[in-house]
Amino acid sequence: MSILINKDTRVITQGMTGKVGQFHTQQCKAYANGANCFVAGVNPKKAGEEFEGIPVYASVRDAKQATGATVSVIYVPPSGAAAAIDEAVEAELDLVICITEGIPVHDMIKTRYKMQGKKTLLIGPNCPGLITPDEIKIGIMPGHIHKKGRIGVVSRSGTLTYEAVGQLTALGYGQSSCVGIGGDPINGLKHIDVLRMFNEDPDTDAVIMVGEIGGSDEEECARWIKGNMQKPVVGFIAGITAPPGKRMGHAGAIISGGQGGAEDKLAVMEESGIYITRNPAEMGRTMQKVLKG
Amino acid sequence: MKIHEYQGKEILREFGVPTPRGTACFNTDEALAAAKQLGGKVWVVKAQIHAGGRGKGGGVKVAKSLDEVSQYAQQILGMQLVTHQTGPEGQKVRRLLIEEGAAIVKEFYVGMVVDRVAQRVALLASSEGGMEIEEVAKHSPEKIQTVRIDPAAGLDVDEAAAVARAIGIPEVANAEAVKVLQGLYQAFVEKDAMLAEINPLIVTADNHVVALDAKFNFDSNALYRHPEVVAMRDLDEEDPAEIEASKFDLSYISLDGDIGCLVNGAGLAMATMDIIKLYGGSPANFLDVGGGATTEKVTEAFKLMLKNPHLKAILVNIFGGIMKCDVIAEGVVAAARQVHLTVPLVVRLEGTNVDLGKKILAESGLPIISGNDMADAAQKVVAAAKEAK
Repeated sequence: MSILINKDTRVITQGMTGKVGQFHTQQCKAYANGANCFVAGVNPKKAGEEFEGIPVYASVRDAKQATGATVSVIYVPPSGAAAAIDEAVEAELDLVICITEGIPVHDMIKTRYKMQGKKTLLIGPNCPGLITPDEIKIGIMPGHIHKKGRIGVVSRSGTLTYEAVGQLTALGYGQSSCVGIGGDPINGLKHIDVLRMFNEDPDTDAVIMVGEIGGSDEEECARWIKGNMQKPVVGFIAGITAPPGKRMGHAGAIISGGQGGAEDKLAVMEESGIYITRNPAEMGRTMQKVLKG
Repeated sequence: MKIHEYQGKEILREFGVPTPRGTACFNTDEALAAAKQLGGKVWVVKAQIHAGGRGKGGGVKVAKSLDEVSQYAQQILGMQLVTHQTGPEGQKVRRLLIEEGAAIVKEFYVGMVVDRVAQRVALLASSEGGMEIEEVAKHSPEKIQTVRIDPAAGLDVDEAAAVARAIGIPEVANAEAVKVLQGLYQAFVEKDAMLAEINPLIVTADNHVVALDAKFNFDSNALYRHPEVVAMRDLDEEDPAEIEASKFDLSYISLDGDIGCLVNGAGLAMATMDIIKLYGGSPANFLDVGGGATTEKVTEAFKLMLKNPHLKAILVNIFGGIMKCDVIAEGVVAAARQVHLTVPLVVRLEGTNVDLGKKILAESGLPIISGNDMADAAQKVVAAAKEAK
């Protein structure tokens, strides 16, 4: 078991024929059951063609109809990426994972508005994707650092997620699923949504939650954890040293109007019973201590 | 991306928001000519820098004669204007706005932000004009009206009228206030803004509603579709190191410490700064080389860090995923040679092809200190920076 995706998930790749899409489609296809999972690509100008044996369709709707796929991953460039999400939502997919970084915020506001009341879940944008080790990888993370196991990982960052996963794997702890929810201010699933899923997943024993400065999602999630989470959570927040008013790489990583600072987040998380560490090199060991009691 | 007040007012006027008449000036002669052209008996001489709090720092003066206009223009132009947003060194004033004076009866605050929780644009309005909204939010949050605007319907007349009433804009000026709020919303959406503030928005003696200030910050991810906004960019207002970095697609922010950091990924880059601090050091910068770090990018990153006179040591922290460690190692070696590195360099590599990467570093003949993991690397670089002092 796992959350959101497993070896039986069938995936459409939007933007498969571009340079980035091609590279990552090859990587994803080569990981675990990927050859069976990645069943379709979308490009209106290249319908009927193939890439790596994966057929290209004119639209998400066509691809879904032909293959039965329920999930899509998006590598479309920023100017067209919000429209690509809209298309997947209109085709009533279960889950859309948008890797694209740099989508204008106002485009995402419109897209999220259109998603209200629709069944489709969104992960990202500006995220590494998600992986269920030894089953399926959808996104740009390096597959080989993961190990199948029972720890869930959720994070707003890419390489910092790899850091957490690398530490877990080095200590012998495998992962149930790892979800990168992305570094943009307007996005789909938030920490709280993913924590809920891990809480209900019988094959997840504990969760590492990696946050960063900006917004208040970590605080909201921490308050939920306090009253509802039945599994231990280890937390880290990046950006204790970040100056206010500056975007730290990610569009959403900014302390503005006196809100979104790391210390405030850590205080709420600690108060909510999350095992926090201020040392990013100690995420794995903190989990080890928690699990060994 | 930020712009100047006078440019913000140009945008407001384009969307039907009234502002005082005024002219941007670059020298005293222009300032005097602008005041003559505007006519009247009172002018406001306003320093144009991107930071807020200009009035308190002495960057805004009311002139009651043309002589005073000249005098104030001369005073303000070229001064290092220090505000709570500039840092202690201040920001040099290179531009002025000369405006007609306004008969202020009451000041208000109106602003727009992107509300991350509601995933909508939020209108903020307050009776406490002229004050910083953060302060109002802290001390008297009940004085802030908030409307989260429906993206499909926009800001409707009834909502806008109710907000204007709630903050105490007189009924006789309500219709004008509604137009201002709707104009501000339209400008915010059409120009892809992340922040827009009119502080203060005033009601005049003859009951007109006028924007006395204008502050905009735009979404850098949407600038590709706004060449007219890009044309308003003033590079003098930005950190030269950050401008240089943006040319090479590097995400760089100057900090006041002495340990340079070169990292792949924004989250890991922040965490690297944090761990340096945790072990008693102080980061000199945030630097994310991104996923596709080439030798050229790494070299430019080294050059950028080395321009900082306070730099005592450098930490390279790479978690190679798609990016292979051997490629990064070759880039680091080539860059270190090219820039004739004089400060200690600590490198921590992890991920794909890590052993090959470490071998390349070890065999380079360069005095590179190898970090086994993030904590080890951070401790080593902090120690190296302390020794260099």
